[in-house]
Amino acid sequence: MNNKSLSAWDRVMLARSIERPTSIFYITNVFDDFIELHGDRCFGDDASIIGGIGLLNGKPVTVIAEEKGRTVEEKTKRNFGSPHPEGYRKALRLMKQAEKFRRPIICFVDTQGAFCGMGAEERGQGEAIARNLREMMDLTVPVIAIIIGEGGSGGALAIAVANKVLMLENAVYSILSPEGFSAILWKDSSRAQEAAEVMKMTAEDLLKLNVIEEIISEPAGGAHLDKEAIAEAVKNCILSSLAQYEGKSPEEIAEERYQRFRKF
Amino acid sequence: MIKDIFNKKKQVWAQPNKSIVNTKVPDSMWIKCTGCKKAVYRKKIEDNLMVCPHCSYHMRLSAAERIRIIVDAGTFERFDFEDVVCSDPLNFPGYKEKLEQYSNTTGLRDAVVCGTGKICGHKAVICVMDSNFLMGSMGYVVGECITRSVEYATENSLPIIIFTASGGARMQEGIISLMQMAKISGALAKHNESGLLYLTVITDPTTGGVTASFAMLGDIIMAERGALIGFAGKRVIEQTIKQKLPPNFQSAEFMASHGFVDLVCERDKMKNLIGRILTIHGGGKHE
Ligand SMILES: [Zn+2]
Repeated sequence: MNNKSLSAWDRVMLARSIERPTSIFYITNVFDDFIELHGDRCFGDDASIIGGIGLLNGKPVTVIAEEKGRTVEEKTKRNFGSPHPEGYRKALRLMKQAEKFRRPIICFVDTQGAFCGMGAEERGQGEAIARNLREMMDLTVPVIAIIIGEGGSGGALAIAVANKVLMLENAVYSILSPEGFSAILWKDSSRAQEAAEVMKMTAEDLLKLNVIEEIISEPAGGAHLDKEAIAEAVKNCILSSLAQYEGKSPEEIAEERYQRFRKF
Repeated sequence: MIKDIFNKKKQVWAQPNKSIVNTKVPDSMWIKCTGCKKAVYRKKIEDNLMVCPHCSYHMRLSAAERIRIIVDAGTFERFDFEDVVCSDPLNFPGYKEKLEQYSNTTGLRDAVVCGTGKICGHKAVICVMDSNFLMGSMGYVVGECITRSVEYATENSLPIIIFTASGGARMQEGIISLMQMAKISGALAKHNESGLLYLTVITDPTTGGVTASFAMLGDIIMAERGALIGFAGKRVIEQTIKQKLPPNFQSAEFMASHGFVDLVCERDKMKNLIGRILTIHGGGKHE
């Protein structure tokens, strides 16, 4: 099956598929070494965002990743990949740390959105996302974000204010889930399929809108059908993106990111 | 016709003219208070800054009315930004017509009014969102107008005051709306680095992508009494946790008690309080 013939809704289904490799797979298969670091130094440790330090082809990097989990047990532990404010605050803490040690930052995006719950509101979900948007804009080390599954709204953007945003061929990135979109605009959540087609949420649409820089091709039928190939492709794409920042000054790197978003 | 409104802007925005306020509401003698549900004599509530004389409920204001009660009379000069027009990136059916319809009923081009003005004698860049226009939602036009206003403030060493009132990102513009959050936050980062004051005034209602970007980035965050402030919608949260939320959940007072708002302010004290903050900041520029 050729991926080109897939509809937007097919891709939504693929992006959500239980078979699809999640962040942990890429962390394990792309980096030579990885040490997970924990906690926001304020409230707690949010398992829906994995953060840590590692080596990519021998070079130090900081990794931030939204993780949905694959098994029921793990999904519960990871809150289905929907972060709380402490997840975003941990991410920002580690990104600032990366800046201190001049390490590039690699972010894996895979979430339906930031968690909507009482505790999340009480602890400032809005503030946590807002702060990440502003502080990430100022980072003077390269930030590469890869949307590997679902990129859901502010919960995705909060770790995707990057110099380069890469996207897997069958991943989706949108303002809201197609279900939510059709519920709000058409008062009918059953029209999600139709919504997916008009939302311009596929990699191809987003490339045209300049919301992403590059599409990473998936094996025919989806990333899960040839995991070795997809890990290799993701690694190569990160490496070639990072190569573009060699010799660039910290100010140039931050300004490039600002201009990238200013054009919207 | 819309054009006419904007050509006469100076007049429209500078005069304390009540007829431009809440143009959607038919001119009746009585207004039903959203808070206590009592019928209140229209003149009485208007003379009281649209605050209910019985229960002190703060009714929502249009941008024009907010400017009238906060900005020194005759000092507000609106930015035109005439080249900023909606591109309808999703070609969303009925969206352009909807925008036109809202333009006609509100006299606004989109959900924000931006310009410069003086508050208690201090000059500032002022952006006021208007929830009468498509729930104050933020698409390209709102995002670009606020970004340019922030940039103007940075270039001219002025403080910026943003009055938020928004249901969040504008769904009809899809991902482009989401990008506005990052764009405005980036412009505010530069303003912040320049040592200038950013004052956020959160008014009812402020939710979603606006809460998750510029509403929460002020050096000082003020909220109008009773304003709804939150990230997720109440119904969404209730569906997630499967229980009813307490009545004050996501109110200005709730947000203040959780440490996310500096000051909760009543409408009649707001202008004076903003003036005092601007005075302490030497008009805005930190020397
Ligand atoms: Zn009342």
